[in-house]
Amino acid sequence: MAESAPARGPLVGRDRFWQPPAYTPGYKTSMTRAPSRPLVALGSTLSEETGPVFGRDMLGEKDNNLIENFTGQQAVGERIVVHGRLIDQSGRPVPDALIEVWQANAGGRYRHKKDGYLAPLDPNFGGCGRTVTDAQGRYEFLTVRPGAYPWPNGVNDWRPMHIHFGLFGSGFGQRLITQMYFEGDPLIARCPIVKVIPSQEAIDSLIAPLDMDASMPMDALAYKFDIVLRGRRQTYFENRKEGL
Amino acid sequence: MVQSLNQLKESPSQTAGPYVHIGLTPNALGNHGIYPRDLGKSPIRAGAKGEKITITGHVRDGAGMILRDALVESWQADAAGIHPAPNDPRGGADPNVTGWARFIADFDSGDWQFDTVKPGRVPAPDGRLMAPHISIWVVARGINIGLQSRIYFEDEEKANAECPVLQRVEHRERVKTLLAKKTGPGSYRFDIVLQGEDETVFFDI
Repeated sequence: MAESAPARGPLVGRDRFWQPPAYTPGYKTSMTRAPSRPLVALGSTLSEETGPVFGRDMLGEKDNNLIENFTGQQAVGERIVVHGRLIDQSGRPVPDALIEVWQANAGGRYRHKKDGYLAPLDPNFGGCGRTVTDAQGRYEFLTVRPGAYPWPNGVNDWRPMHIHFGLFGSGFGQRLITQMYFEGDPLIARCPIVKVIPSQEAIDSLIAPLDMDASMPMDALAYKFDIVLRGRRQTYFENRKEGL
Repeated sequence: MVQSLNQLKESPSQTAGPYVHIGLTPNALGNHGIYPRDLGKSPIRAGAKGEKITITGHVRDGAGMILRDALVESWQADAAGIHPAPNDPRGGADPNVTGWARFIADFDSGDWQFDTVKPGRVPAPDGRLMAPHISIWVVARGINIGLQSRIYFEDEEKANAECPVLQRVEHRERVKTLLAKKTGPGSYRFDIVLQGEDETVFFDI
C-alpha cells in the first residue's frame, strides 16, 4: 500500500507540441483514427486527479519475470534486465503505481492470434509482465530482448526492437502508453511509428541506454528506462476556488 | 540566460498497437497462465450502492469501420459522487465500488460492454457540480496518444444542463456525442466515433 501520501492537486496540462499529434500520414492507420475536431481543453477535475490504486499483494511472484512467467521454463533469447524510475514532471517519484509491459519474443513474434509473422512462437514466452513501483518509483523486469519485425505500412517497414509500457500514475489523467527502444538500434530512425514524435529530443527520451552497472555478470545485460508522467501544479495558493 | 524551471517533459506517447491484449487482457486473448484473471473486469463488486446500469458500445473510425482492436478504460465515482481513491480528499467511498474498468472490443462484433453503477455528481474545482459521468480513455492501433472522453447520460437533463464541463463544449450540437443513449431500463448505448460525422468530443484535460 501507499508508503507516502498520495499525490493531489491539478494536473499540469499536456504539451501537445511535444507529444505526437493524432494525424500522422507516415503511420497510415492514424489517418482514419485521428480526431479531426479540436480537443476540448480544460483544467483537470477530481475525475482526472484521482485514479485506481493496485496493491502489491495482487502481484504474482514471477509477474515481472517474462523469461519464466509463462510456463516456468526459460524463454529463448538475450536475457536482459529493464529497470528505471517512474517520476512526474517535477522529478518526484510515482510510488505504488502499476506498470504493465508486453513485447514480441526474441524472434520478433507476438503471442497474438492476429500476428502471422513467420518467426516461430517460443512455447515458453507469453510476452507480458507487470510490477508495482516502490516508494522511490523504481521498477524492474527480467525479460529477453524482443526481436525486430516487419509490419504492413510502407512496402518494407520494420519495427525496431521495443517493449510496450502501460503506466498508471496517481490520477486517471496521467494514464499513458508508450514504447521503450534500445540504444544503438538502427531501425529506430527508420520507424514510422517513432517518427510520429515531433522532435529528436523527445524520441531520445524513449531510447533506453545499456546500463552495464546494473547488468548481472554471466547472467543478463541491463537497460535503464526512466518514465515521466504528467506532473501536478503545486503552489501555496492552490486552495483558492478557481474556474475550470 | 535564466534559471532552469527544472520541469521534465512527459514521456512521449506511442500507440498501444494491435497487440495490446497481450499486455493488458492476456486471458481474454487466450494467453492463460500468466495472471489468474485480467484486471478491470468490473468497476463494482456485489453490494455496490446505486442504480445498476449496463453500457454497450463500439469504437468506429473515420471510414465507418468498427475497430476490433480498441481497448477502453473507465474511471468513475461511486453513486454518491466520491472516487474510490486515496487522493479523493473527501474519502469514504463505497467499498464495493472500485471505479476502474478495462474492456476490449469483441474480436468478432467489435462491441464492448460493461456493468456498473451510475455515478453521482462530482464537484468541479470551483464547487459547481458536474453531471454524472464516467471518464474514459481509448487506445488502439493508429491512436498515437490515448483519447480522453466522458460518458454522460441523456436522461440526466437537469444535471447535464448545469455541468461546467459540458458547458465548455463550444459547438453545442456536439454535446450529444457525449451522452449515452438509453436503450432500456438500466441499459445505455455509447458509441465512440474517432473521426468525421458525429465525431465524439475528446478532451485535453
